[in-house]
Amino acid sequence: MEHRITIYCQTTALSELREFLRNTLTMPILSESQKLQITLAVEEVCANLIIHSHQCNAADHIDLEIKESDNKLIFEIKDQGTAFNLLDYEVPNLIKVKGEKRKGGLGIILVKKIMDEIEFESSKGTNTCRLIKWIHS
Amino acid sequence: MLTIINTRENGCHILALEGEVDASNSVMIDEAIQKLIGDGSKSIVVDGQKLEYISSAGLGVFMSYLEDFEEKNVDFKIFGLSEGVLEVFKILGLHQLMNIYPTKEAAFNS
Repeated sequence: MEHRITIYCQTTALSELREFLRNTLTMPILSESQKLQITLAVEEVCANLIIHSHQCNAADHIDLEIKESDNKLIFEIKDQGTAFNLLDYEVPNLIKVKGEKRKGGLGIILVKKIMDEIEFESSKGTNTCRLIKWIHS
Repeated sequence: MLTIINTRENGCHILALEGEVDASNSVMIDEAIQKLIGDGSKSIVVDGQKLEYISSAGLGVFMSYLEDFEEKNVDFKIFGLSEGVLEVFKILGLHQLMNIYPTKEAAFNS
């Protein structure tokens, strides 16, 4: 199985991304709750790139490729913006987020809690973030 | 697509969320809550029965007002979340910071 989509860097593209994920994540092994969480994690990474790395510039794009192998679902997200390695991002304390009345900071926590492995690499101007979810039969 | 229906019942302001909340439309919830606080509301109840999806952009809006709710003595509650959406609140531990109820009756009788 291999599926691809290219979305442009505007937040209105997020619903298009969700529709693609809904149509792709049809494996019976995944519960509805798991599908929702995987969709959320992939969207959070893409939303982060759209807003922070590309400043919602609709001329830029993000490529997502989904592969299934060895009981793993691999979501490969590529872009050519300012590199954002979410592995380096220190997860904020929830009480601190509340106290500071911050709206941001929750997305990366979700990605790290939902996904089983996260990989990041940057080479020749292209950043690749790989989100991996183990699936068990 | 998100629709917010604002109603008033027994002195409570109810915000019914219908559809999906993401980074493109979470500002709608932000503006709705800001207006209610500005108008001096002391009770805000979010009806999540028709909320199909919420990303961190929407959750962050709720989080950003929790301090204001405490400071201004606003009673803030959420009810009717689907199992999947509630699970997202739980992943983040938000169910420990917000008053979340299964039904409207439970929210109003608490």
